[in-house]
Amino acid sequence: MAEHDTAPDTAKELGAFLERRREQIGQRWADAALFRTVFTVSRDEAVEAGKAVVDALADVARSGRLEDVDAPGFGTVRDQLGRMAAARARAGYTPVQIAGEVADLREPVTALLQTELQDADDVWVHACAQALAVLTATLRLVIMETTVSAGEELIERQRQQLLEVATPVINLWDGVVAVPLIGTLDSARSQVVMESLLEAIVDQRAAYAILDITGVPTVDSLVAQHLMKTVAAARLMGAECIVSGIRPAIAQTIVHLGIDLGSIITRARLADALAYALTQQGIVVSPRPATGASQR
Amino acid sequence: MTGFVARHSGPGPGPVPVLALGDVLLVTLQGELHDGAAEQLQHDISQRIASSTTPVNGVVIDISGVEIVDSFLGRVLAEIAASSRLLAARTVLAGMRPAVAITLVEMGLTLPGLGTALDVERALALLGRAPSAAPTAHPEEGA
Repeated sequence: MAEHDTAPDTAKELGAFLERRREQIGQRWADAALFRTVFTVSRDEAVEAGKAVVDALADVARSGRLEDVDAPGFGTVRDQLGRMAAARARAGYTPVQIAGEVADLREPVTALLQTELQDADDVWVHACAQALAVLTATLRLVIMETTVSAGEELIERQRQQLLEVATPVINLWDGVVAVPLIGTLDSARSQVVMESLLEAIVDQRAAYAILDITGVPTVDSLVAQHLMKTVAAARLMGAECIVSGIRPAIAQTIVHLGIDLGSIITRARLADALAYALTQQGIVVSPRPATGASQR
Repeated sequence: MTGFVARHSGPGPGPVPVLALGDVLLVTLQGELHDGAAEQLQHDISQRIASSTTPVNGVVIDISGVEIVDSFLGRVLAEIAASSRLLAARTVLAGMRPAVAITLVEMGLTLPGLGTALDVERALALLGRAPSAAPTAHPEEGA
């Protein structure tokens, strides 16, 4: 039998072998580090999980798509693999170490395969072992992929949380709300700021909204445009917007860039902005008058 | 208006009522404003200001019931404000929703000539306190 003809046959043979020996492989894998650490409570559960993965590998082998990450067999166990990979990642393992543990799963299967094919032709045994190697390599790839995509999901979720956390709307006084902006103001963040500020204006029936940019490191023309949009939207709602926290360096940058903030009320400090809003509402804050002898 | 093709060929829900409250005209917009009704409203308001026996100092347009504003309605509002000002009345938009405000700003329609207020009550207070001769967007309140 020529080597190049054997590829589909070895794949089929491998699939049949995996199906026959799923019980034994499942038992052996349950003792492997990867399964043992994920299914700490019950060994039976680990055996079941191992058998599910064996079934999936047998499916892939029968379909002959040993190198195809998207083979239908892998789809059914992706959740399972994802859970195992996530558990290892939580334990502080790098993706490379996890992949190494997956590679360790191959040895017990190879041993089983060799005992089963003791009487067979050497070339045939070699081809089957090679097919098994390819299959486990693909399994490793699948696990790597699941690990990486789980990490990406985490990053995306944290990015969203950061957006929400970084833009609180504070009720400074009756009818005065403020947003302390911290960090770089990009389009996505300015959209969130605008939405939460406008919602707060409606909820608090606020006549004044203060945008404090003390925590914004630099103001370029894009940031200025976002600020102006927010101010215009607040004005359309019927609230007056004040931009505060403009540091001297930022004031100079704005002038150098030729940005016209003339239509916006600006103040140096948040306190000045609040004082303006209070004065506009006819509220006077003054120190308590000294009452002479009663004071100590 | 001639450049616009009417989007709704069927009969609209009829003209928008214009209420007189002392020296202020109050218009409440609900839902979508059809092109014909918008033109009619523009005509009605300037007619009412001009023909009123008592002077009309302000026009309050309550848009708290409007969920979608397009560039056409934005222009109609700006034109109502401009024509009212020619007749010595200030226009105040009241109760714009956040989503509508964001849409208008994204379209670049900041309606610079219009006064704005959170609700009708504040719009009336704004008109009552501010002299109608000063057509500024931000009159000094309570100063």
